[in-house]
Parts: sequence; structure tokens; C-alpha cells
Amino acid sequence: MALPKVCGIETEYGIVVRGGDNNPVSASSMLINAYVAATNRERGRIGWDFEDEQPANDARGFSLDDSLAPEVETMLVNAVLTNGARYYVDHAHPEISTPEVTTAREALVWDRAAEEIVRASMQHVGSLLDPGGEIIVHKNNSDGKGNSYGCHENYLLARETPFGRLASQITPHFVTRQVFCGAGKVGCELPGRPADHVPYQLSQRADFFEEEIGLETTLKRPIVNTRDEPHADAQKYRRLHVIVGDANMSEVATYLKVGTTAIVLAMIEDDELGDDWLLGNPVAAIRQVSHDPTLRQTVMLRDGSRATALEIQWGLLERARKYEQSHGLACVDESVGRDVLDRWEQVLTGLEADPGSVAGWVDWVAKQRLVDGYAARHGIDPGSARLKAIDLQYHDLRTERCLALRAGLDTLVEPAEVQAAMTRPPTTTRAYFRGRCLAEYPDDVVAANWDSLVFDVGSDPLRRVPMMEPLRGTAEHVATLIDESESARDLLERLGQ
Amino acid sequence: MAERTQKSKSTTSRDTATTDEAAPAVTETGEKLKAELDDLLDEIDEVLETNAEDFVKSYVQKGGQ
Repeated sequence: MALPKVCGIETEYGIVVRGGDNNPVSASSMLINAYVAATNRERGRIGWDFEDEQPANDARGFSLDDSLAPEVETMLVNAVLTNGARYYVDHAHPEISTPEVTTAREALVWDRAAEEIVRASMQHVGSLLDPGGEIIVHKNNSDGKGNSYGCHENYLLARETPFGRLASQITPHFVTRQVFCGAGKVGCELPGRPADHVPYQLSQRADFFEEEIGLETTLKRPIVNTRDEPHADAQKYRRLHVIVGDANMSEVATYLKVGTTAIVLAMIEDDELGDDWLLGNPVAAIRQVSHDPTLRQTVMLRDGSRATALEIQWGLLERARKYEQSHGLACVDESVGRDVLDRWEQVLTGLEADPGSVAGWVDWVAKQRLVDGYAARHGIDPGSARLKAIDLQYHDLRTERCLALRAGLDTLVEPAEVQAAMTRPPTTTRAYFRGRCLAEYPDDVVAANWDSLVFDVGSDPLRRVPMMEPLRGTAEHVATLIDESESARDLLERLGQ
Repeated sequence: MAERTQKSKSTTSRDTATTDEAAPAVTETGEKLKAELDDLLDEIDEVLETNAEDFVKSYVQKGGQ
């Protein structure tokens, strides 16, 4: 049976400075430091521990030279939060990796919490800037000028899942899921094509994918990324690092993006998906699908036949329904899983009948409605910078400017729940242990990363507590233990460390 | 966040037993949708950056992952 689909979302945000030095690295550092200082006034900063990071390992079974390894910028700001998330500077962007969670609904809650953490950071940093100065953050994936930055998902899989089969069978979903989780984009950023080559497309990211499979994340981006860095027991687990998605403003889109992908991955793990929808040319197809808001064009399948993105999605959903019957959906939580299947069906039905009917769920539809409505009202031609401004401002995280907040998007989670998730970890994974220890013993935790915590409890050597099992260290396992431990030293003794 | 909540519709329930629910917004008439869009466009006119074109031109990011 498929493993529980432990997952998480990491988002690189766009950042600009007004009225000051427009250096994105220092602005990102200021933003994060302002948040950490405001929320942990009396606490020391807890650093990130890179000891176990191996981003150059390839899931296909080899390791690249250091010269080709993705950069790990150890000198930059790197904070671990009490909700179990990591908040840091990566490639000149502020980035938040949510804590590990077990369902699409939890992923949504902590992704929304990340958004609110960024909003709070913008407030806190305002007081540190010169009068008139402002740091503005966007939850988007491209600047419209050919520069892209990612919103990645991660999913836990069994090590024995053959990577070749995983890569080929997940690709049809990665190419076509953008019909409901594309964030929408005015214009085109394909190299060598003018911006108005495509007036409006489904995805922020599709123009930037050049390979079917590979290790890169910043150049020649592949649809399936092969980074093999499980942040867990490598004998038992894989972590599929998904770089193909857009950052979503719509809660339903985030929920469906993670929920459907987790189910499709579970089917692949149990070898229940099959090869029905393998694509002839995935790189061409991901662009074709993105460039076609009518959703009517077909892409070529490996057997030479053709299908629309919606037909492929219906095929995957049909398989998922059968899988639910034969295997259940315990690996993604039965009730969340069934809700995901129902909403998946609703969104495909709506897209097929009239995309406008799902404007409350689908970012690209909600945004297109604003862009087209604005163009009609003001008589603006396609290609105008004012339409691109609406695209950009849809993702602006300043509450007073954000157009997504005004676009009539449905919500799935309560504000109070999101607020709580800014400081509290999920209870269902090892992130609970990480977050609670940071909250309870901030002076004694000297470093943290995904799979360990390092304590300094006085005269003894530093103590590393390994967390190689993502589903250990949950509230069920350790809440009482932490509640009853008066100090980190006490906790470590009870843990037998 | 507050605005987002006010605008949420009936499909926001945490209840997962929503199988018989209609697709979002299908019950809304075209006229209601148009009125909504008009309000929305009024609001965009208010909150859109005054120098939107310059903002777009100066919006340059370093590539990331």
C-alpha cells in the first residue's frame, strides 16, 4: 500500500524595494530578520543545519559534480519558525518552506500561514526603512521578463517505487493539472518569442520548462526533477521534489494541486495508474496546454493519438475513483481524499461547460476575468502594460493592493486557523516535535533541519536528535512528553538521549 | 484576510460531504455576475498602482529555482 503522503510546499516570493537600495538579497534578509526580531524578541536566532543536505544527488542513481549542484547559500538568513517552517533567503528571494504535513488541507493551512507570515513581515520591516521606503512581496513565479522563481511541492514515496516509472507516469498530470491550478499569465516568456505571442495563458511557469527530466531547478528546468534528497531514512523513502507548479492565490487551487497530485502519486506507488496517458512530447505539451485558454486543443500521446488536457484529467480522475474503491484513500486521509475527488470532478465539469463558472476556484480564470473586464471597460489593447499590471497586482501580498483578495475567490479554511498556524506546527508529523521544541526550549536548540534538531544543554557536548521518520515526533507521540519536560535537558533524558 | 472571508461563498464549508453540491457559481445568473464584475472593476480602478505601467517596467526579478 502507498505510504502516507507526507508533503509540503516551498514558495520563493518576488520582492522589490521602493525608495531604497533595490538589492533583493539584502531586502529579503531585512524582511525575514524583521519578522524574526518582532516575533522572537527575547530569543536567540536558531540556525539551519546543513549537515545532511545533498541537493546534488540524483534519483536516477548517480551524483553530479559540485560544479553543477544547486547552490546552497549557507551565509544567508535562515530561520526556523515555531510552526515548523523554514524562512530563508534563496536565490535573491525570500522563501518559506511549510512544515511537513499529511493532507492537502493541512498543506493549504500552512501555505496560507506562510502568506500571512510574509504579510506580517512587510508590516514589521516598514518601520526599519527610510520614510517613503517600502518592501513589496508578490506570491508569483515570473517577472514577465523571462525570469522565473519557483513554488515547489514535496511528496514522500517508498524508496522501492521505480523512479523511471514514477517519472513517466506522473508527467501527464504535471502537464495537464494546470487547467485547474495554473495561476494565469498575461503574455508569453518563451525564449525568442515576443511577449504578445500569447496574449493570455494558464500558467506562470510553463514557458520555462525545457526538459522532461533532470536535476536542474534554475536552468533548463525539467518537468520531473530528479533531486534525490529524502530528508529522511534514504533506505525507505524518496521525496519527489516537484518544481513544475505555480504559486496559487486561490485556496481551492492549492488544495486541489496538492490533493490530486498526492492521489496520483499513491496510484503510481501501488502500480495502479498504468501508461494510458503517456505523452508524445511533454515539453511541447505543457506549453500547448498553457497557451490555450479555450482548453480545446489536443496534445499528442505516445501512441500517436491525441487528447485534450481535460480528457487526460478526466482519465486520471476515473482511475482515481477506481483506486479509491480498490485501495481506499487512507494514505491521503479518507475524508480529505474523497473531498478532493469530488472537487476535482466539479472543477473539470465547470471547466468543460464554462470556465467562468469556476472563477471562484481557479486562479487563471479569476485573473482572466479581471484582465478582460478591465480591457473592455477602458478600451485597452492586448499587450498593454496596464493589463500586465493587473496580472502582477493579482499576486501583490499587500492587503490594500492585492487583487486576488478582491477577485471573489472561495475560501476553504478559517482565518483563525491560518493565524494559529503562523506559530503552531501541524500535529501529524515530526514538524510537531521541531516546532514545539523551538517554542518551549528556544535557548537550548542551537540548530535545526528537516531531519534533526541539535540541542546545547550546558556543559555536555551538543546533542543531535535525529528525526529520520517523518511520521514520528507527532503530537500523539511526544505532546505529553514535551508538556511534562521542564527543560530541554529533562526532555533529552526522557528520550533516552 | 478579513476581506477574503467576507467574500467567501457557500462552498467554503469544512464539511467534506459536499458531493451533491452544484459546481461553484452555476446558480448565479449572468446579470448578477456582470454586476459583481462591475463592482470588482470599480475597485481595481481604486487600488491599481497609480503608475502601473512604470511599476510593471521596473519589476525585474533575479531568476530563482
